[in-house]
Amino acid sequence: MVQAGLFHMILRSCRRAVAPSPGLVLISPPFLYALILLAAPIVGVVMLSFWSQDFLEIQRDFTFANYQTAWTERVYQVLMLRSIKVALLVTVATVLLAFPMAYFLSFHIPKRRKQLWLFLITIPFWTSYLVRIFLWKVILGYNGVINGTLTTLGIIDEPLRFILYNQAAVVMTLSHAWAPFAVLPIYVALEKIDRSLLEASVDLGDGPLRRFFRITLPLAMPGVVAAVLIVFIPTVGDYITPNLVGGPNGLMIANMIEVQFKKANNDPLGAALALSAMALVGTMALLFIWATRKYLRSPS
Amino acid sequence: MSIRSSALLSLYVGFFLIFLYAPTLLLPLFAFNDSTIVAFPLSGFTTAWFAGLLDVPALHEATINSLAVALTSAVLATCLGILAARATTRYRFRLMHGMLGLIMLPMVLPEMIIAVAFLVVILHLGFSLSLFSIILGHVLLCTPFSVAILRTAFQGLDHNYEDASTDLGYSRWATFRLIIVPMVLPGVVASLLISFTISLDEFIIAFFLSGTETTLPVYIWGQLRFPQRVPNVLALGTLLLAISLGLMITAEFFRRRGLRKLGLSTQESVL
Repeated sequence: MVQAGLFHMILRSCRRAVAPSPGLVLISPPFLYALILLAAPIVGVVMLSFWSQDFLEIQRDFTFANYQTAWTERVYQVLMLRSIKVALLVTVATVLLAFPMAYFLSFHIPKRRKQLWLFLITIPFWTSYLVRIFLWKVILGYNGVINGTLTTLGIIDEPLRFILYNQAAVVMTLSHAWAPFAVLPIYVALEKIDRSLLEASVDLGDGPLRRFFRITLPLAMPGVVAAVLIVFIPTVGDYITPNLVGGPNGLMIANMIEVQFKKANNDPLGAALALSAMALVGTMALLFIWATRKYLRSPS
Repeated sequence: MSIRSSALLSLYVGFFLIFLYAPTLLLPLFAFNDSTIVAFPLSGFTTAWFAGLLDVPALHEATINSLAVALTSAVLATCLGILAARATTRYRFRLMHGMLGLIMLPMVLPEMIIAVAFLVVILHLGFSLSLFSIILGHVLLCTPFSVAILRTAFQGLDHNYEDASTDLGYSRWATFRLIIVPMVLPGVVASLLISFTISLDEFIIAFFLSGTETTLPVYIWGQLRFPQRVPNVLALGTLLLAISLGLMITAEFFRRRGLRKLGLSTQESVL
């Protein structure tokens, strides 16, 4: 009897070791899809970035030349730094714009209305991205809405030229495009704050400002961090906005990557630029997460 | 909070909403405006720009391509999403978080990187670009959103229902068909609609991977170079906005109905 039981146990443990878990079987198709169509192509890009191209012929000799070009030549340095700068400005502007909105949603809107308000904020986001960016060109343009209206009203004689085709236009357009994405995570974090903590802080003599900086802001930080990452990472690689409203001095690294892959026929350099941008963004994101963790742990 | 700062906040929210809605409100306004120059003052009402969309074969072709791509991508992404959501909410296994992490990665990766990676692999393996390559890219992009939505749907699924069904003598297949499917169906519909909308609007991947056949956003991009075509593009944009809004409202309706079915609060939103 005991032997039979033991045998049964051994058999079962063997079967468990051999048969894969049902979860593993289920997740295999989506995982393999991502492995084959995302991980493998990225490995391909990494390999390509160490090769070189002679017109249409790819030379498969290992070389650092592409990275050397990407990191030392003036034009690429300028574009890379500009992309980072624009993304940082967009991130700061978007989070600063979004925070009061999220605060209003969380603290000033009755519970049953919140869903409606959230929906209200996401509606503009469902306009075609391309058309939305283009509409900013229409609004800011030489014959655009702002200039046309101001001229008709007699406020200005000549259309303003400085509002389109520069970095400021790129920053504004992108801040608009990302606004809902920043509001939502901050709102979720604010919703999670235990309201009795706020009362406690007032009871202990904190004014509204002190309460905000000691209780609300630290507890909302996870949402702010999420918003920063959601906005910053894709913005560095944005292609459409710089192309439509940036003008010659507003172009960013993604536009150059496209040129390398299409017109310049230098795929390896394009790959090196894309990977360098990704590495830079990834490092900055990790540093940011580390810094905020440190800030939240420190007693204030 | 004092009354003054409260009023200040309300005022700010007003400005924020105007900023947020400015392009969206101008879109239909100029789509119906009787002038090729997009500026104030408005000169009259016309539906000519919408009518003008009817006789452009390239636009119709792009629309059919876009619908086919979006439909296929939505179905495939949702199938993959169902598998990943079920696997990660019902079972625990080694490397689960790592695997899920890779599946969710396209959500935070700049689309440019995905597009470039696809382009490199497709061209250097000697395949030609087609709508199929766009679909492959869009499935990759939509799957994380699908997983996020469906994980909430599957998380609300109480194991006791499944156990009760098995105890009462139903087979695993019958349990799946009669218990699990009806309970997660609203999540599935929401995932299909959101994936469809994302694919329909996606530009970068379609731009890089389209060969001779284009999708709607790639067609619009081509039209933006011609000033005289702008009003038509705005009319097209208005139509797209109306369709997306309709889809999103339907998705939200199904998601809420699903949450109510599971006896959960409808206050949380995936959007």
